[in-house]
Amino acid sequence: MEFEYLIIFLPLIGSIISGFFGKILGSRNSEILTSLFVSISTIISFIIFYKVFNEDYTNNLDIVTWISSGTFNVNWSIKIDALSSVMLVVVTLVSSIVHIYSIGYMSHDPHKQRFMSYLSLFTFSMLMLVTSDNFLQLFFGWEGVGLCSYFLIGFWFKKESANAAAIKAFVVNRVGDFGFALGIFLIFYLFGTVNYNEVFELVPLTLDKYFSFLGLNINAIDLICILLFIGAMGKSAQLFLHTWLPDAMEGPTPVSALIHAATMVTAGVFLVVRCSPIYEYSPFVLNVITIIGMSTAFFAATVALAQDDIKKIIAYSTCSQLGYMFFAAGVGAYNVAMFHLFTHAFFKALLFLGSGSVIHSFKDEQNIKLMGGVWKKLPYTWILMIIGTLALTGFPFLSGFYSKDAIIEFAYLRGNTTGYFAAGIGIFTALLTSIYSWRLIFKTFHGNYNNKKLNISDMHESPMVMIIPLIILAIGAIFCGFLFKDLFIGIESSNSFWKNSIFFLEPLSRNHPPLWFILITPILVILSIPVAYYIFIKNTKITNDIVNGNLPLYNFLKNKWYFDELYEYLFVNPSKKIGLYFWKKIDLRFIDRFGPDGVSSLIKSISLLAVKFQNGFIYHYAFIMLLGFSALLTFLILK
Amino acid sequence: MNFPILSSLILLPLLGALFIFFSKSKSNTNLTSKYLALFVSFSNFILSLYLWYLFDPSTSEFQFLEEQSWIKGFVNYKVGIDGISILFIILTTFITPLCVVSVNNTIKNRLKDFLVAILVMESLMIGVFCSLDLVVFYLFFEGGLIPMFLIIGIWGGERRVYSAFKFFLYTLLGSVLMLVAIISIYWVTGTTDVTYLYSLGIDEKYQYLLWLAFFSSFAVKTPMWPVHTWLPDAHVEAPTAGSVLLAAILLKMAGYGFIRFSIGLFPIASEYFIPLIYILSLVAIIYTSYVALMQEDMKKLIAYSSVAHMGFVTLGIFTFTQQGLEGSIYQMISHGLVSAALFLSVGVIYDRMHTRLISNYGGLVSIMPKYSIVLMVFTLGAIGLPGTSGFVGEFLILIGTFQKSFLVAAIASIGVILSAAYMLWLYKRVIFGAIQKNEIRKMDDLNKSEIFVLSSLVFPIILFGFYPEPLLSTTEVSIENLIDMYKSNLKPNLIKN
Repeated sequence: MEFEYLIIFLPLIGSIISGFFGKILGSRNSEILTSLFVSISTIISFIIFYKVFNEDYTNNLDIVTWISSGTFNVNWSIKIDALSSVMLVVVTLVSSIVHIYSIGYMSHDPHKQRFMSYLSLFTFSMLMLVTSDNFLQLFFGWEGVGLCSYFLIGFWFKKESANAAAIKAFVVNRVGDFGFALGIFLIFYLFGTVNYNEVFELVPLTLDKYFSFLGLNINAIDLICILLFIGAMGKSAQLFLHTWLPDAMEGPTPVSALIHAATMVTAGVFLVVRCSPIYEYSPFVLNVITIIGMSTAFFAATVALAQDDIKKIIAYSTCSQLGYMFFAAGVGAYNVAMFHLFTHAFFKALLFLGSGSVIHSFKDEQNIKLMGGVWKKLPYTWILMIIGTLALTGFPFLSGFYSKDAIIEFAYLRGNTTGYFAAGIGIFTALLTSIYSWRLIFKTFHGNYNNKKLNISDMHESPMVMIIPLIILAIGAIFCGFLFKDLFIGIESSNSFWKNSIFFLEPLSRNHPPLWFILITPILVILSIPVAYYIFIKNTKITNDIVNGNLPLYNFLKNKWYFDELYEYLFVNPSKKIGLYFWKKIDLRFIDRFGPDGVSSLIKSISLLAVKFQNGFIYHYAFIMLLGFSALLTFLILK
Repeated sequence: MNFPILSSLILLPLLGALFIFFSKSKSNTNLTSKYLALFVSFSNFILSLYLWYLFDPSTSEFQFLEEQSWIKGFVNYKVGIDGISILFIILTTFITPLCVVSVNNTIKNRLKDFLVAILVMESLMIGVFCSLDLVVFYLFFEGGLIPMFLIIGIWGGERRVYSAFKFFLYTLLGSVLMLVAIISIYWVTGTTDVTYLYSLGIDEKYQYLLWLAFFSSFAVKTPMWPVHTWLPDAHVEAPTAGSVLLAAILLKMAGYGFIRFSIGLFPIASEYFIPLIYILSLVAIIYTSYVALMQEDMKKLIAYSSVAHMGFVTLGIFTFTQQGLEGSIYQMISHGLVSAALFLSVGVIYDRMHTRLISNYGGLVSIMPKYSIVLMVFTLGAIGLPGTSGFVGEFLILIGTFQKSFLVAAIASIGVILSAAYMLWLYKRVIFGAIQKNEIRKMDDLNKSEIFVLSSLVFPIILFGFYPEPLLSTTEVSIENLIDMYKSNLKPNLIKN
């Protein structure tokens, strides 16, 4: 029995037991059981991660045949290499922390077993996704996590908004999956296989294949890259397909931390990194990725500035950080993208769970304008949130500092226009990130207490079962950047750690950007803290003046650049109209009217006509007989 | 000669039906008739599993052949199966007992006659899938109309007469042309024996018209756009068991017919008419998905989604690729399970609330948790989520289609987005949300027989999503052979008559 099976199937078993036998077990036992199973998974994942970087351990297990038809063959598989081992650690660690945290957070909910079952099922799907050795199982995990996300967003099923958000998430993701699926079809068409290793080997031999589509001649490799990237954009909430992520905050907060911050939304980044052997041959698409990535980073950061919902701010922040990861991948620094994914998992999960603790204390209030001044009441949460914020904004020597600054540096070192441009946007976005993050902290914990429903003396800190998981994440948020930077993005990392799991057509630049460039971001980030404190707490008149002076801009940001309204106008309403038109006008008015109903009414009118001849007057019959007889006679004579 | 297992499969339900029909009609015999029907149909299912066990998937030859002279020199009663037909037979024998169990609550009057109709239907359907003579096929194929017509016309809802006639009119129109085509095949070749015709080939000049004649019959039954409008009406008016038989089995006769006869007998015409099929299939997928989105009646919504799903099937068949054809058969089996399950699920709440309007429901999850879980599985199956049987079929079809045309595959894939939209929206409006009506609070969760019926559908839908191998390996060799035969027939060295 290989260890790997345990990692993947323990969460599944936990999910099944809690889902189907939860009533018998009771809620507490289900919680303990699922948390325990995922924790065991985590421990084994760490062992495997250790073996990978210490002993060069790799493995590729075939479990059983999945689909086999003609030349199309796919197995259920478990692939362990550097890339998947990193993802294993991230997924299982955050998942187990969220499982434990949920015991506290969901303590008043009547459907705890169902919740834990979904969480474990999600973990299983995510693990299937990252350990796949082929595109189809990846797609299975991809859809599986999407499904669990759907369940969990709509977990509070009585809320109309939660249901709508759940469907929106699923359908928008399906738009991405549409591209992804076409990408898989094209891969099979070109290479005759969907197995990573076989595909990656064939890519360099297939560079000059062209594919004509609607009169355009497109390079086949470029087309594959674009199609796969459309899938990645859906799952990772990149610009144009991002609208589902903020709405997904309707789900319980632990879900937001696990799915919509640390794991599922990073699947798109993982996909691009996993496919680096294809992407490296498509500089055009890499540029597209850079542009989409930096646009998303910038767009989401601007929107986050104007939001008042604590979770929506963090959601847009996630969207923005995912943008960073993509532009890292776009400039060819896949390992840096993975590093940011890794550190981001810690501090973003920390921020989400921290905000969950705040929401829990405020009895489900999420508007930061109705909070404030509670830092003394929620000391642990306050400190932990500050650690998360420091790490996110890239405060020197915390984890975000190493990963985010590396992204900006590699963008600069790329040396082309997109690279410089991306670096510039990256720095500016880092400043915006810092401002909205500190706005969140100051509005939530400092200034005056603004909540009228609750008395400040009723505020109290969350239970330990919620705080301890946060502490673990905080430790990660502080140290993992410093500890793992050499392993992930050190000069020798591509040879010593990543090896075959990430492919670099040309080795990454070993130069360093000029010192002034390295210093810009940290200086801006540090300076923004007192500035934010001044404008959001000390002298709020300034912010009010800025808002009132630029009301159209403020509304534009507040309404998220009007994407939802635009899509409603472009896609949702027309779809309904088209549906009604096809049904009422074409099916009923046209096909039925001239088809079956037409035929039957025609027969009816003909028979009504025929009936008129049968009127019972003998001379009518005689006359018709005579007519017939003479017609027959004429015919015979003429013949 | 060995034990005539295929004839037994055909005759057993018929004998059961006769027995029930002639048993004395008393109120207490209703229950006995039901048990008898259940016993007969279940034995038939076991027998068909035994057939599958005996079946040799490594050859594409027809197996379990039986031949009896019927009309001398003209028609032979000839039956036999290969990897293409066997799965449909098992689907039929599997769905029928479930229908019998489900009639409990739905059919209040003349239960006995209803059971007779179901069993006769089963016989005829099995006959369709194993007949190897065109005339015999035609008789079974059209015979199937009669019990269905009666089921809708007698036990249907308010507009049952209109629906039954619409159903009859449409399907008869196509069939008449097919009959003419069969007669002309006999004139041209002197035989109606399918295996013999395969080896003989039909002259190219006749193929186009003959293909169109068969097509007109199959297109109506599939149903393809624009001759699909009978299906929503028929489904809405039919009682639950009728809808199940209609969706799960009756619609599959046409897909099977395309594979067995259109491709097998008229390969050149099939190649020629590819654009027609692709266009109609794409319209079916996109158009009916949009229509399904706006339906207010649950059964109509599922009926329209059936049209979209069958659009994938016709698309896959006419790719003439291994993946496309295997995918089509898989999709038909999967759709048989999923649509049966969905119609049964609608039946469950219809029995309690006596309405099919979506807007009358909402919030069922807290009243009927078990129901909500199984319906979720079926919904996901209809969406084609990986891990359900729906995915495997759809995916293989699209992979096959892609090898023919990027554009066609791309448009068909849009259907995958739309199916998620209309199914999840349906599920949300029925299951989630706050409870609007007080009557809903009085609804009971699934009873034992409903749990039995629905969970026996949940199981294969999930199993064949994760492990489709048993089905795929059954069809593989026969499909390979069909494609080889098709390709060699495309070459101009046809035997001229």
